[in-house]
Amino acid sequence: MFKKIKLFWQTIRRLSGDDAYEQYLLHFAHHQTEHAHAEPLSQEEFFKQWQDKKWKGVKRCC
Amino acid sequence: MHKNLKIIIWVAVALLGATAISAIALNRGESISAMWFIAAAACVYAIAYRFYAAWIAASVLVIDETRATPAERLDNGRDFIPTNKWVVFGHHFAAIAGPGPLVGPTLAAQFGYLPGTLWILIGAVLGGAVQDMVTLFFSTRRNARSLGQMARDEIGPIGGAAALIGTFLIMIILIAVLGLVVVNAMKHSPWATSTVAATIPIAMLVGFYMRNFRPGRVLEASSLGVVLLLLAVVGGGWIDHQPSLRGLFDHEGLTLAWVIIGYGFAAAVMPVWLLLAPRDYLSTFVKLGTVTLLAIAIIVLQPHVHMPALTQFTDGSGPIFGGKLFPFVFITIACGAISGFHALIASGTTPKLLGSERDIRMIGYGAMLLESFVAIMAMIAATVLEPGVFFAINSPAGVVGKEAVDAIAKINSWGFAVSVEQMSQLAKDMGESSLFARTGGAPSLAVGMASIFGSAFGKGMLALWYHFAIMFEAIFILTTLDAGTRVGRFMLQDMLGNIWPKIGQTSWMPSVIFTSALVVAGWGYFLYIGVIDPNGGVNILWPLFGIANQMLAAIALCVATGILVKSGKLKYAWITGLPLVWLVIVTSTAAWQKIFSEDIRVGFLAAANDLAAKLATGVLPPEKALVAPQLIFNQQLDAYLTIFFVVVLWVVIIDTFRLIGSYLAGKPLLPITEVAHEPSRLVENWVRD
Repeated sequence: MFKKIKLFWQTIRRLSGDDAYEQYLLHFAHHQTEHAHAEPLSQEEFFKQWQDKKWKGVKRCC
Repeated sequence: MHKNLKIIIWVAVALLGATAISAIALNRGESISAMWFIAAAACVYAIAYRFYAAWIAASVLVIDETRATPAERLDNGRDFIPTNKWVVFGHHFAAIAGPGPLVGPTLAAQFGYLPGTLWILIGAVLGGAVQDMVTLFFSTRRNARSLGQMARDEIGPIGGAAALIGTFLIMIILIAVLGLVVVNAMKHSPWATSTVAATIPIAMLVGFYMRNFRPGRVLEASSLGVVLLLLAVVGGGWIDHQPSLRGLFDHEGLTLAWVIIGYGFAAAVMPVWLLLAPRDYLSTFVKLGTVTLLAIAIIVLQPHVHMPALTQFTDGSGPIFGGKLFPFVFITIACGAISGFHALIASGTTPKLLGSERDIRMIGYGAMLLESFVAIMAMIAATVLEPGVFFAINSPAGVVGKEAVDAIAKINSWGFAVSVEQMSQLAKDMGESSLFARTGGAPSLAVGMASIFGSAFGKGMLALWYHFAIMFEAIFILTTLDAGTRVGRFMLQDMLGNIWPKIGQTSWMPSVIFTSALVVAGWGYFLYIGVIDPNGGVNILWPLFGIANQMLAAIALCVATGILVKSGKLKYAWITGLPLVWLVIVTSTAAWQKIFSEDIRVGFLAAANDLAAKLATGVLPPEKALVAPQLIFNQQLDAYLTIFFVVVLWVVIIDTFRLIGSYLAGKPLLPITEVAHEPSRLVENWVRD
């Protein structure tokens, strides 16, 4: 039961983009070799870029 | 499961579905339980999803789950991300389901419940869901390219340009008509106006919270916002009872239209994080929550539909919009049955998240079925009202008369019982001063939802439910308005950038202000005319929007049919070809009638000529004579706009025919732009999360 609630909560967080920064850090760690000397963005900076990017193009319909 | 058991279950589903549809279609009694609608919809969707969609996925598209999707190949941790299918489904559904499936069925209910319901069901399973699924598939195979890019690459530059111009014009008309819906919902309603106004500072507060105070804490900020929105609904009721405050929010339609135009401009120029993004979070949560609540309420309460299956207005004399059942029911209900706009989401946006091709059926086809279900619920909410009440709310003053007594007499003469006392009691229950001539669909939907919610969750709070429903509609209409203006601005900057490169820079402030002003002026004009038009504006704008949206759907289906033929799947091309033929028939007929019909409530030119003749002979009262020249100009403009839509549509059709002809003759074609097969690594590892 507890596992199911946790899974549900994770889905909600993923759906809303609440965990976008954590996902980004994971991705960053996985691909560390590619950005050899780079530091990951701060949460604030990441969120800014993520949000601005999200609203370029058709994102909502009638 | 045992094979025979499966067969028995599916036969049972088919029988139940057939029974439900016959019950809906053949009922001629006083009323019919809404459960028949739910049962019919559920069975039709289940069968279509299990058999038709599965067959298309397996045999026509030949979905290959071992093939890496763009999200996997181009994974950058930001916009290209392989994502769990339920999450993608949620994003996709939230993106496609706007106010369209709520407003369209409400307006189309003037023909009775049957035509709209059948079109929503059949149109979705054979048209809309197929369009969404194949577009999603083709875009996924092309590095998540947009519809416009695919049209250019696969059909030719003409198709690409048509898709671009079509999208831009739909945006303009769509925003104008949605603006009109909100204006009509707020007109002389301090409660509704103050609640809707409060959503702006609330959204800004949420924006600050997640940008500066707690960066990235989307859920915290949104929960705070939703609580504040609910308080705003209650607070609006309080303001409505304060004589000193209510005057601040009690306005004419025209004043509200100017406010919305100013707001639209401000929202397009402001940074997204301040207003657009947080408003979108709130509207998505409120939308999903309310739709779920409505589904639960309908199932718990099992309300009865009181509208007849067919009304006499199938002959074209309907008060809400003029025009016969064919073709206008198919134009009025676009979203919910088939919507060209979805092709823009299904290409470009959603494929960037798709982890496996296997999910295409669930996301492309499934999400459209859910939207179709929302449209069915809107149809139920509109038709649970007594037909007399429904027509009293939705008929414009230009048709039934300004005074309550005249309107009631007119509606009674149509054979629908309703009285002045009944309407004033209803308005009192809903916390409004009057519910006459509240055109646009939002108020009648809100009354319908309030009565359903009221009966299911407690009758004492009808006024609260009504204004909650209005807030629910207004908040995502305003999101569409913000987002649409912004997209229109980007498209315009892109187009004008070809002439003067500097204007194409999306961050150059003078260009931002100039192009935003142009876009806002475009839809602002139609909104302004819609508000001053005594026939309610909806009669003009909604069919125009429907024609434009179906035209875009036809373009998307042309692209899909063209690709199917080029891929050597001519024998399967009917899956998109049939809905395409139907849409072309419907759109062309509707456009022809809107331009050339002699009926002044249908034909733009007839209306312009009629008004011009009246103006010349001086029979118009002075206040009408004052706006008549503008209305005449507008009717002529609408006629030319309709001609333009039809010409664009036929140019793309002919271009597609040329493509198919060349294919059959074995002539050289533009090459297929499908990306080469690359094996997916996600299948073996199965780390889709």
